[in-house]
Amino acid sequence: MRGRTHPVEAVAAWLLALIWLAPLAYAFWSALHPAAYATSFSLSAPWTLENFARAWKQAPFGRYYLNTVVLVTFILVGQLILSTLAAYAFARFRFRGSGIAFALVLLQLMIMPDVLIVENYRAIAKLGLLDTIPAIALPYLASAFGIFLLRQTFKSVPQELVEAARVEGAGPLVILWRVYVPLARPTYVAFGLVSVSYHWNNFLWPLIVTNSVEARPLTVGLAVFGAPETGVDWSVITAATVMTMAPLLIAFLLFQRQFVQSFMRAGIR
Amino acid sequence: MTDLAASSPIPERRARSQAWWNAVNAWLLLLPAAVLLVAFTHWPILATIRHSLFITKRNGSEVFVGTDSYGAMAADPIFWKALVNNFWFALGTIPTSIALALIMAVWVNRNMRGRGFLRLAYFTPTVLPMIAVANIWLFFYTPDYGALDQLRGLFGLGGWNWLGDPSTVMGCLIVMVIWKEAGFFMIFYLAALQQLSPDLDEAASIEGASRWYTFRRITFPLLMPTTLFVAINAVINSFKLVDHLVIMTKGGPNNASTLLLYYIYEVAFTFQDSSYAATLTVVLLTLLSAIALLKFGYLDRRIHYQ
Repeated sequence: MRGRTHPVEAVAAWLLALIWLAPLAYAFWSALHPAAYATSFSLSAPWTLENFARAWKQAPFGRYYLNTVVLVTFILVGQLILSTLAAYAFARFRFRGSGIAFALVLLQLMIMPDVLIVENYRAIAKLGLLDTIPAIALPYLASAFGIFLLRQTFKSVPQELVEAARVEGAGPLVILWRVYVPLARPTYVAFGLVSVSYHWNNFLWPLIVTNSVEARPLTVGLAVFGAPETGVDWSVITAATVMTMAPLLIAFLLFQRQFVQSFMRAGIR
Repeated sequence: MTDLAASSPIPERRARSQAWWNAVNAWLLLLPAAVLLVAFTHWPILATIRHSLFITKRNGSEVFVGTDSYGAMAADPIFWKALVNNFWFALGTIPTSIALALIMAVWVNRNMRGRGFLRLAYFTPTVLPMIAVANIWLFFYTPDYGALDQLRGLFGLGGWNWLGDPSTVMGCLIVMVIWKEAGFFMIFYLAALQQLSPDLDEAASIEGASRWYTFRRITFPLLMPTTLFVAINAVINSFKLVDHLVIMTKGGPNNASTLLLYYIYEVAFTFQDSSYAATLTVVLLTLLSAIALLKFGYLDRRIHYQ
């Protein structure tokens, strides 16, 4: 069945692909042409970067970029450290209560911070962190998903390697760093890609806890910029939209295989 | 971690202190993650339940009201509207995106020319921010000026306020979400298809089975665990997907497109009624827990810890 494909099917597959790309192609068209051509497609339409220049001038997108990069890095580094330590405990230590503790961790896979906005806002306000980048990051730093993925990977590390390191006199943390972490690299890459895309794109929680240019990530900045009340013209909004998604899109085009495999690995477990 | 044989009293004591030391190490490793998990997941869940039983007065003092808020909620037509909308939203998006995902996966799995490009095209919407997607589609649905109405204009039809009319708003959002999600579900089917033995297809074709028959009687049943897995994740997702509402409709017109989480957001941060928002959150948590029980109780025996 893998070999032969009916021509009708091939045409249908391509047609669907073109339909699927159309909204994106449209966004690029509108961003790269003068406003007059936003809805009329003509081959003679002049190309321009004017919309990007205007968007960049009318809102502090440079700052929004910086905020998002800081936010995404902060979350990723925090998640990697916390998940590694916790996964190591679950994978290779036998201790009382580990079953219950693990079940309590898994609870976060079902009830994510995304739905606990009311109480988490209360907590962040009590901590005096409202309108800061750590406020956006804190609820996501401990990731059940990361702990789960790494625990599975650590469990598959051959015991002989661990014994060999122990014979050489390595303690638990040294063994973690020298044996487990290097062997789990594919899992780290998969988790990293999923985490970065998720938090680059995240919107509702940052919208709730931020209120100023200094803390706002790109997504929230885009929403504020594009609000109908601002009366900004359509082509400029599309240019801002393209700017918001460009870094991830470029990364995806460059590392397509890696992305697809990461999402696959991350989702299946 | 250590299995010391306990043959005589002295090693036994050593083994016990070893076990104790082991446990201390494990808990120290867990501590940072545990503190944050408790602070931002477990504690908020309990606090939500507690706050749903109290109301906060203007001077900040809390008064116990028992289940009064739940009574008010049962009498709140917007709550019911949001719940029903969530149901239609899930029903509108999930079966169609799963079916599309399956077709996409079957195509991409073939030795078709340009399958790399096809996979790219189908998957791309997955990596885009929902808020950017909403911006782009908002323009398609703009009355008169937007792409959809321009298309209608070609057929001599007048403009239509797609997002401003209660009869079309939900359909418009559903189409957009299908576009966003189908490619994501595709990769799970793709992974499953790649694990199926090619012998099955060969055997079927030697037996003279048609391709449709092979798919219907062999491939599709073998993909059933994947379908269940994707369906459950899609249901959970459908309760979380509200970003686009903030930009496109704000739940309107007349709450025709509001969803439960969006309503919670509105009640908490626009109407500033955090006790009622807590009551609504309890409903959402109950729904998610029910799905979790279904998933962990039934599905994971087949899928999770292979």
